[in-house]
Amino acid sequence: MKRLASVDTQAPKPGFWTRIAHPGLFLGWSGHLVIPLILLTAGLMAWGLYLAFLASPPDYQMGDTVRIMYVHVPTAWLSQFCYAVMFVSAIGTLVWRHPMADVSQKAAAPLGAVFTAIALYTGALWGRPTWGTFWEWDGRMTSTLVLLFIYLGIIALWRAFDDQLKAARFVSVVTLVGAINIPIIKFSVDWWQTLHQPASVFRLDGPTIAPEILLPLLVMSGAFSVLFLTLHLVRMRTEIVKRRIRTLELAAARAAGGAQ
Amino acid sequence: MIALGQHWEFIMAAYLGCFAVVGALIGWTVLDGWRARARAATLEAQREQQRAARS
Repeated sequence: MKRLASVDTQAPKPGFWTRIAHPGLFLGWSGHLVIPLILLTAGLMAWGLYLAFLASPPDYQMGDTVRIMYVHVPTAWLSQFCYAVMFVSAIGTLVWRHPMADVSQKAAAPLGAVFTAIALYTGALWGRPTWGTFWEWDGRMTSTLVLLFIYLGIIALWRAFDDQLKAARFVSVVTLVGAINIPIIKFSVDWWQTLHQPASVFRLDGPTIAPEILLPLLVMSGAFSVLFLTLHLVRMRTEIVKRRIRTLELAAARAAGGAQ
Repeated sequence: MIALGQHWEFIMAAYLGCFAVVGALIGWTVLDGWRARARAATLEAQREQQRAARS
């Protein structure tokens, strides 16, 4: 009987989804991932930079300016991947009211804005020697600039609300509407006459890039992707702590009000 | 010294700009986390003190 009683009082072990959904449990398991992710980012970045500067040839047409592609393509890819993360998180907020979904959305927005800005900056620096201009109002560049403005608008919207749960629902709707820009960026080079080259890595018939140039491109893309995952995880952890601070401050204010 | 050809200044500007911004992003993320954890620890300690004072 004693044994049965002890079993009855034991709390059930949290399942996989509970461990992800519960902010306290998330802080516990995600803490073990930060250092391995930092080491993986540093290793991939060092290998990528070695390949980019020392172990890859100049392109037969672009010459050495092809090396700008090793930072431009990964950041351009992340500008869209980050939005995809926010899109899935927005669905999580609106459909399932997942407690971590709005934390994920809020943590991703500044990262997306920074990677989009870097993609535009490095693209302009590549465009000047290659096309003869820093900027052209063509489909790909204009839609990427619009993406940057969407990110900045979403960041401003998060800051406009004191109640972050209410903000999450507004931001989720804006994120879902703004997602229309992602296929426009992707297919702009096929739909309109543009200076920007069509897709050369993610193609149904495989990449059209020489292997000596494709390898540093993929390694740098991997390095920047793991960097994004690391920063996203750390920023999610910080956001959970900030929400705890908000709760503690409200409790302290209530206690101070009750004591008067 | 790595030879970067006639457009070396564009290549260097792209990499320096990119890694300066990424460095600032990492610094901001780390600093923000530290500040939040320190603030949370202070508030938790204050709450414990208030509880101890009440009991």
